[in-house]
Amino acid sequence: MSRAVEESNRAMLRARDAMDRAYAQPLDIPVLARIAYVSEAHFIRTFRATFGETPHRYLQRRRVERAMALLVETDRDVTDICHAVGFSSLGTFSRTFRQIVGESPTDFRRRTAPANVPSCFMKAWTRPSSFG
Amino acid sequence: MTMNAISRSQIYVLDQDEALDFYVGKLGMELNTDQDLGFMRWLTVNLPGDPEREILLEKPGPPALDPATAAQVRELLTKGALGGYLFMTTDDARKTHEDLVAKGVEITDEPEERPYGIDFGIRDPFGNRIRIGQMFPRA
Repeated sequence: MSRAVEESNRAMLRARDAMDRAYAQPLDIPVLARIAYVSEAHFIRTFRATFGETPHRYLQRRRVERAMALLVETDRDVTDICHAVGFSSLGTFSRTFRQIVGESPTDFRRRTAPANVPSCFMKAWTRPSSFG
Repeated sequence: MTMNAISRSQIYVLDQDEALDFYVGKLGMELNTDQDLGFMRWLTVNLPGDPEREILLEKPGPPALDPATAAQVRELLTKGALGGYLFMTTDDARKTHEDLVAKGVEITDEPEERPYGIDFGIRDPFGNRIRIGQMFPRA
């Protein structure tokens, strides 16, 4: 593997880390592409080749994962959580959450217990992925 | 049979000089051993005052790994999928976080209070994950 691929991987990882860290901010493709020092079209294509899913999908599912964590670990209401993880509309949040998780935020909260492990592992393992 | 300590752990790095700059220069670890063994550079660091627990900063490549396998390791490392992970503790997570931000270290998770303590995540220049926590006393 060439040095160029390693550098590209590392740049894509830096952009993915930004999504993991700043998911609540309005991160769009131009912002993420700038973090990776590539054009927008190149960013989407390369991110997908590197991690197997588009940046949009990755970020959407990170936000859902963070919402899942807040639902389980706090008693904040659903609207508050929706905005805290970066969704601007409760309708979009509820629809997306149900689509990805298979149940409503309230039902998810009711049946799930918190896990006391480092949050990085929670984030890595409980983000609803595109891969099953 | 009872084992009584974890004395050495290993992570892969792509460049050992750059690794020294990061682990010693930025994270404040100490150089433990830097020895050219001929077949490899044996490079270990430890936390200050804890020389009995070393971390080997190993460069993947021949003769230990064939070039194709080394390339796979480098590919996984740079995309954050190799699995090297260090957990360290500190007396003050927020202050340590502040110091590392000032040094330009890549933060992956901002400090957050969890049931076990306050911790945050960083990434080394190669893709390895590091977690630094101020742990609460175990119940």
